[in-house]
Amino acid sequence: MQEIASWALNVASLKGASYADARIVDERSRSLATKNGKIGSAADSESLGVGVRVIADGAWGFASSDDLSRNSVEHTASRAVEIAKASARVKHGEIQLAREKTMTAEWVSPFKIDPFSISVEQNLDLLLKIDSEMRSVSGVTLAEANLNFKREEQWFASSEGANIRQTKYVSGAGYSAYAFAGSEIQKRSYPNSFGGQWQNKGYELIDELKLVENARRTGEEAVALLKADRCPEGVFTIILDSSQLGLQIHESIGHPIELDRVLGMEANFAGTSFLTLDKLDKLRYGSELVNVVADARPEHGPGLGSFAFDDEGVAAQCTPIISNGLFTGYLSSRETAHTIGSNRSGGTLRAEGWNRLPIIRMTNVSILPGEKPLWREQLISSTDSGIFMQTNRSWSIDDKRYNFQFGCEMGWEIKGGKLVRMLKNPSYSGITTDFWNSMDAICSRDEWTLWGTPNCGKGQPQQVMGTGHGAAPARFRNIKVGSAYKGN
Amino acid sequence: MLHQDRAGDIFSRIKKLSSGDEVEVLFYNVHSALTRFANNTIHQNVAEENQVISIRSAFGQRTARATTNRIDDESLRRVVQASESLARVQHEDPDLLPLAEPGQVHGSSPSRFFERTAALTPQERADAVSDIVKIAGRERLTTAGIFASSEVSEGIFNSRGLQRWHLQTSSEISVTMLAQDSSGWQKTNSPDVGSLDPRMLAEVAAKKARDSAHPQEVPAGKYTVILEPAAVLDVVGFMFSDFGGLAILDQRSFLNDRIGKQIFGKNINISDEVNHPLQSGAPFDGEGLPRQHVSLVEKGVVKRLVYSRATAERIKRSEFRDKLGSVAPTGHGFPLPNEMGEAPMNIVFHAPDNPQTIEQMIASTDRGIYVTRFWYIREVDPYEKILTGMTRDGTFLIKDGKLHHGVLNFRFNESLLHMLSNLEAMGVPVRSSGEESFDMVVPPMKVKDFNFTEVTKF
Repeated sequence: MQEIASWALNVASLKGASYADARIVDERSRSLATKNGKIGSAADSESLGVGVRVIADGAWGFASSDDLSRNSVEHTASRAVEIAKASARVKHGEIQLAREKTMTAEWVSPFKIDPFSISVEQNLDLLLKIDSEMRSVSGVTLAEANLNFKREEQWFASSEGANIRQTKYVSGAGYSAYAFAGSEIQKRSYPNSFGGQWQNKGYELIDELKLVENARRTGEEAVALLKADRCPEGVFTIILDSSQLGLQIHESIGHPIELDRVLGMEANFAGTSFLTLDKLDKLRYGSELVNVVADARPEHGPGLGSFAFDDEGVAAQCTPIISNGLFTGYLSSRETAHTIGSNRSGGTLRAEGWNRLPIIRMTNVSILPGEKPLWREQLISSTDSGIFMQTNRSWSIDDKRYNFQFGCEMGWEIKGGKLVRMLKNPSYSGITTDFWNSMDAICSRDEWTLWGTPNCGKGQPQQVMGTGHGAAPARFRNIKVGSAYKGN
Repeated sequence: MLHQDRAGDIFSRIKKLSSGDEVEVLFYNVHSALTRFANNTIHQNVAEENQVISIRSAFGQRTARATTNRIDDESLRRVVQASESLARVQHEDPDLLPLAEPGQVHGSSPSRFFERTAALTPQERADAVSDIVKIAGRERLTTAGIFASSEVSEGIFNSRGLQRWHLQTSSEISVTMLAQDSSGWQKTNSPDVGSLDPRMLAEVAAKKARDSAHPQEVPAGKYTVILEPAAVLDVVGFMFSDFGGLAILDQRSFLNDRIGKQIFGKNINISDEVNHPLQSGAPFDGEGLPRQHVSLVEKGVVKRLVYSRATAERIKRSEFRDKLGSVAPTGHGFPLPNEMGEAPMNIVFHAPDNPQTIEQMIASTDRGIYVTRFWYIREVDPYEKILTGMTRDGTFLIKDGKLHHGVLNFRFNESLLHMLSNLEAMGVPVRSSGEESFDMVVPPMKVKDFNFTEVTKF
């Protein structure tokens, strides 16, 4: 692979590139799913190719190909330079990259069991057991379960001398039970909705999730929701479970801190950000209890945003994003670091695959757990009145990341420190900074989970990326609840 | 670019490697390029060449799929073996049908290949972006957007002799113009790049940014809204996956117990027409069946759904067999195996008897909201089809028949059942492109009592 990369780098240089890098990515994935007692999908997929990124005439060009023959790779590199020169027709200044120590390295994400070593039969049996447990509950009208595995091997080489090989394993699993009756459809998911839980782990993740053990309860809750009272509308104290808080972080912290959005590079599609550069180290983003980091280092945990090097060869880092409530950091790249006065990239540039240009992506954007021991039950028992919401059902936020609305699968009324009544169709909404400033409690490390969001979309052409979000149940005061159904 | 003859050769090699009872191969080959600009400069500029070969093996009632982008003998052998290994360990599926027969294809599809689109160069895209940037500069605005083009060939071959092939080009321009506290947006696409007008798109987007400057806050509530086609497209797109027969069998469709009933206004007529002159895409489905013209909604009543082969058979044996009208394969199935069954993907809204221009709709509105586009739309309630989302890039208060001033953007929570029952006027349907749904032929709409629930800060 090094030889293939060298073909690309040499031709790019000969054609006039002042900088070039090549990523060769070999990806393998397996997707298995069941639905109502039958196999829904059973598919293996592999993809191999090279992406060449260059700067020529002070502007960017990128070309990619699935053909790794010498002629094709050299043609691809040459094309990238031609594209860069076309880019230079509409430019203001020269692209400048923050300096980075060039590295030669190899890294494999930690795993115990290669997920591709587990037989398909064993996986299908597991899915069908889960399916059977959910459908053993009278009233469950649809049961869906999935297992997903991925292995991605990437070789990165640059004209500056970097030579990095990384291999990542990703596993994911989840399921949902649906109940349709009368004029409504209710749904419960485990361990999370929209695909379940995903991490940079091997098959050990599947064993840890206790999937079969939770399937019947999931079905029972879906059916019970049909008869539950509708969540009231008004202003309430709310407690969010950790998976919902993970998505809240993703949407209202993770995206607005992306420096490419802040700088207008995503204005046509994903949007911009309310976090203009003047707000760094000045904005009170949240309450004193809010401490958020963007941590790509493997020691943060096996999140989907964990790696050793990003896709332009910058070593993984931990950037403080919110420190005791104060906004302190952005997600940056070699191109954008200078705009925040930094002489080094934060190491967050990643691409979906060999055929996509790396762009700024969330790594593991996580809220740190509370320092004082606090279990979820203790958090609820210390709350006189409020609503506890679990598992995301819908999410939406404006293109500057101010106004959000989330719906959850299930809610519980809290009275006198106890969960007293199941509530269906809970939702809450607000303005990002108001919301985070209203947080007055967060559970401690034992309740903290590093969730994986496998489906974050951004960029044109759109790229789907996995991100990590560590979170623990937390409490928020004076939150608007129920707007989603208001007027309908 | 992969052509049909070459694909036929690859299929023959795969057939020789296969030990399954039957084998089916999907081909997808793309040459694409996209020039992206922001802050009045080209900041990303990419190109891709890729081919995907997806093999489905079947042993009796068992089937599975494996996919690769490599066509050397060793890779093809490995992928055939992968699909066969996966298939062999499946549980038998009593609903799995033999592969589709070659059958007859009646009529011809419109050509969707344009040489000038396939031949578009990065220099030509840059020149168009330069024109857009000049307009932004003239107006003291900042612009961002894309100019993309692609050439795609796709096909399906199976061991029963079925062969289908489709070659198509696509081009697309999207332009956002940003002012200090406002923005405007326009987007269009076509198989023929010659029909795109980047300057016109830039001028319209710039006018919206200019005219919506200094937006004022208007309280949330129910308003008459005038929706540009892109705004219509992005919300109505959320209902069409429910128009498949499998969604009814799964009881996940908002059409459960609503087929044949008046659920939309009598002015709503919708069909799926792959051969419509403003439509795009291949004229066959994931099993190679020709996509048929299906009348989905007539005068506000859902008349017919779309069906894959297997779903049609299952429906005929189900409790729903007498409740759905005509049930037969329509050529809308996804590649097997899958969990979603089928969906209409070439949606055409029919023109009303008395179409109105957007200008006429505005002139007849005393007080309302004008929406250029929606953003981040998600489903809040699957059965009542309540959606939430935000307005974006050109939202105005209409007062006394005129666009009065820009307003801070709204969040909506609106039921599609309600929205499509409250149409006061429609325009002539056009091919439209948004960001949340696939492209469709949709009209601008004037809707009463549209439910805005919150206002954001810009």
